[in-house]
Amino acid sequence: MAKGILKVKAKASGDKTKVKLMAKHIMESGQRKDKKTGELIPAKFLQELKVMHGGKEVFAANLGTAISKNPYFAFNFAGGAKGDELTMTWVENSGATSTETAKVK
Amino acid sequence: MSMNRRSVVKAIAAGGALVGASVLMPRIAMAAWTTKAFEAEDQATAMNELLGGAAEESAEVTLKAPDIAENGAVVPVTVSSSMAGVESMSIFVENNPNPLVAEFLIPAGTDADVSTRLRMGKTSKVTAVVKANGKLYSASKEVKVTIGGCGG
Repeated sequence: MAKGILKVKAKASGDKTKVKLMAKHIMESGQRKDKKTGELIPAKFLQELKVMHGGKEVFAANLGTAISKNPYFAFNFAGGAKGDELTMTWVENSGATSTETAKVK
Repeated sequence: MSMNRRSVVKAIAAGGALVGASVLMPRIAMAAWTTKAFEAEDQATAMNELLGGAAEESAEVTLKAPDIAENGAVVPVTVSSSMAGVESMSIFVENNPNPLVAEFLIPAGTDADVSTRLRMGKTSKVTAVVKANGKLYSASKEVKVTIGGCGG
């Protein structure tokens, strides 16, 4: 199975699960110029991210090019326990998409 | 002649790709990526396109951001709200080429408390807009940027 781009730290803490997520992604804004050719480097960025837990969406984000390279998000949701699985789906502006999973610790 | 055929083939390929993409990406009820909002070049338009109007300043929206961002490419920001019924939280950087940075959808059960890192092209007002119970509330902060993070 292809290695994913998401690094997730999900911890059950009391009655919540705290999630810190980082995607390995260049988030190319489309505003930088190639130093050799002077051409604009085409935009390539994560546009959508969705996190599911127990069949329920717990977080979703629509992103623009002003999210920093290697996008980072931290959020918390009610419930969740050690061993639970989180399912994350991302969509890139190119149309590329993938789903990855992570366990709650 | 060859130009016309090429553009027709391109159109069919694009159409095919679109159909294929929508089959592969079943969507659960999530607000779609609003192109007009993300591509708007002024904040008022972006806000209007995304949220349908302007927001009123509220002490119940908290925006945490540094006073001075040494590196405009990575500015840590946290948006939170103590309100009930928060549906979404969005972040705008007024002086960025495209002011809308991100829209976070907050389902019931998820805290209205999200942290992320943004790019800022230059010193600018940063605004967090919270949509709660159909209404829009905001908090803003001026963040000084010493080295811009948008490109060039």
